[in-house]
Amino acid sequence: MKYDTGSCRILEKQQLTVDIYDVTVDAGKLALLAKPGQFVHVLVPGHTLRRPISICGIDRAANTLRLVFQVRGEGTAQLAALNCGDSIDLLAPLGRGFSLGNTGRKVLFVGGGIGVPPLLEAAKPFGENAAVVLGFRSREAVILKEDFEQNGNRVQIATDDGSLGHHGLVTDCMEALEAEHFAFEEVFACGPAPMLKAVIRAAERLGVPCQVSMEQRMACGVGACLGCAVKLRREDGGEYYGHVCKDGPVFRARDIVWED
Amino acid sequence: MADLKVTIAGVPFQNPLIAASGTFGFGREYAEFYPLSTLGGISCKGITLAERPGNPPPRVTETPGGMLNAVGLQNPGVDHFIKEDLPWLQKQGTVVIANIAGNTPEDYCRMAEKLSYTAVDMVELNISCPNVKQGGVQFGTSCAGVEDITAQVRRFCKKPLMVKLSPNVSDIGEIAAAAESAGADAISMINTLTGMRIDIRTRRPVLRNNTGGLSGPALLPIAVRMVWQAAQRVKIPIVGMGGISKWEDAVELLLAGASALQIGTVFFTDPYAPVKILDGLNQYLDRSGFSSVSDLTGRVCPW
Ligand SMILES: Cc1cc2nc3c(=O)[nH]c(=O)nc-3n(C[C@H](O)[C@H](O)[C@H](O)COP(=O)(O)OP(=O)(O)OC[C@H]3O[C@@H](n4cnc5c(N)ncnc54)[C@H](O)[C@@H]3O)c2cc1C
Ligand SMILES: Cc1cc2nc3c(=O)[nH]c(=O)nc-3n(C[C@H](O)[C@H](O)[C@H](O)COP(=O)(O)O)c2cc1C
Ligand code: FES
Repeated sequence: MKYDTGSCRILEKQQLTVDIYDVTVDAGKLALLAKPGQFVHVLVPGHTLRRPISICGIDRAANTLRLVFQVRGEGTAQLAALNCGDSIDLLAPLGRGFSLGNTGRKVLFVGGGIGVPPLLEAAKPFGENAAVVLGFRSREAVILKEDFEQNGNRVQIATDDGSLGHHGLVTDCMEALEAEHFAFEEVFACGPAPMLKAVIRAAERLGVPCQVSMEQRMACGVGACLGCAVKLRREDGGEYYGHVCKDGPVFRARDIVWED
Repeated sequence: MADLKVTIAGVPFQNPLIAASGTFGFGREYAEFYPLSTLGGISCKGITLAERPGNPPPRVTETPGGMLNAVGLQNPGVDHFIKEDLPWLQKQGTVVIANIAGNTPEDYCRMAEKLSYTAVDMVELNISCPNVKQGGVQFGTSCAGVEDITAQVRRFCKKPLMVKLSPNVSDIGEIAAAAESAGADAISMINTLTGMRIDIRTRRPVLRNNTGGLSGPALLPIAVRMVWQAAQRVKIPIVGMGGISKWEDAVELLLAGASALQIGTVFFTDPYAPVKILDGLNQYLDRSGFSSVSDLTGRVCPW
């Protein structure tokens, strides 16, 4: 079995910022199947479509999954109103996560805003071999900094307003790492499209491969409805629509064709 | 346990629940949850003569009580379907229905001809896809159009032929009668209703295609009404669909006049929906003293 549905009890709930919540659920066997970078599709009672949320943490000993999400609309607001002891119905684990490769290599993780959570579990096995650059609007929006530090990762923060860490863009920090001769061999990124594009350009300039986690509106979550299209490039240069839920959400940057 | 078997256009189904075209792909993704023989049949993703890339994203979004889609018939083409998907599908112990769409009557005829010499059990003529400029919907919205395309395809189609009707019409009864008189063996209905949503922050339509097809629970009362109206005009069996999300909805559509049912959008909410709907249907039949599901067909007592 690759995925299934399950009713998962909320064991822990914390509010991380004004609109970001952190929940840990008892996912039973679904937790054993999960890999970093995959996602869960959450049923919101009364709604036709489930909501995709990345897997932020996996604890195979405790059979738990950790989800960190931002309130963006009705569905996520409804999820945020749940408490410990309540259950949520998950369809999980879905999609293709990060290909971590040799975790003895030096690598770089770059996350922006609510794109940070899917990187946490992927960065864990790299320990101090991973530099992690996290970009946020301001100090108040910073999430998961301590969690990456607990991974043993080298964490840097960039904020738009300079209220914490570097005043500027995550790509500035990439350049600084390069200047310090932290020779990372691969980049893993998730965040808003403009940030991803800038990170991909920077990685290209340095000649290192890059994996990025993408978002698209979804219906089935398993690859059946063809709803979550993303334009991809074939080896022969031809273009076609792949699907975020099945072919992704993590893609090799060089395979993605950015539209608009 | 009541008898859930139904026969549509000579094709036996082990139960009346069929996966609706476009919501179930070619079955592989849902075979992770249960054997596909759980379903009476599968109507495959709509196929066209040549491969189609589909529309740019976003292609789906939620609506009150349902969703919009504008996938745009992304599919690998009829030959790929016959070679790569059908051999696996025909081994799953369920009825396989090929759903075909085209730009021209010739496209439909060539596909029907190709499929006539394969293992598919039935052909479903999609003359109602609202999401591509020439998705067949131009054939599906007038009586003359429906009659013409059905009659042409009939000549090439050696398989039982089911015509899928669009709800985007003013008199569904007349359209159903046109399909029957042109030689359809069955009717399936309804396809999606055309809808639209706008992101009020960007003032852009949510879907890249601007408009899309509305499906899900919001469609149920329209489907019930249309199946009821069509059932009064035709003798051929009607496969009802549109917004079924629980067994009670299934019973309603049967009572309105459907002989079998398709379910689509509910898979996205709950992949196990068919198991639950069949269970509820069975219990309802037993409780109400019906020995066979086909006893429900058209048994509404209108005022
Ligand atoms: C693979 C994947 C992983 C994700 N991981 C996370 C995560 O870890 N944490 C987090 O906070 N958010 C994540 N998101 C975004 C999250 O799915 C949306 O914020 C959420 O669906 C919004 O639902 P809503 O009902 O609150 O918003 P509404 O705007 O009311 O939702 C309306 C519809 O649009 C869809 N939708 C709206 N925004 C998005 C979006 N950005 N991506 C996909 N669908 C959207 C909804 O699912 C729903 O069907 C992820 C999205 C994807 C595709
Ligand atoms: C994502 C999606 C794709 C669809 N693709 C097709 C298609 O290719 N051919 C077709 O005849 N109908 C297609 N439909 C329509 C469904 O088969 C069905 O008629 C409609 O969704 C109403 O049923 P429901 O409310 O149970 O989903 C599609 C529907 C959805 C939601
Ligand atoms: S959401 Fe259905 S294919 Fe991705």
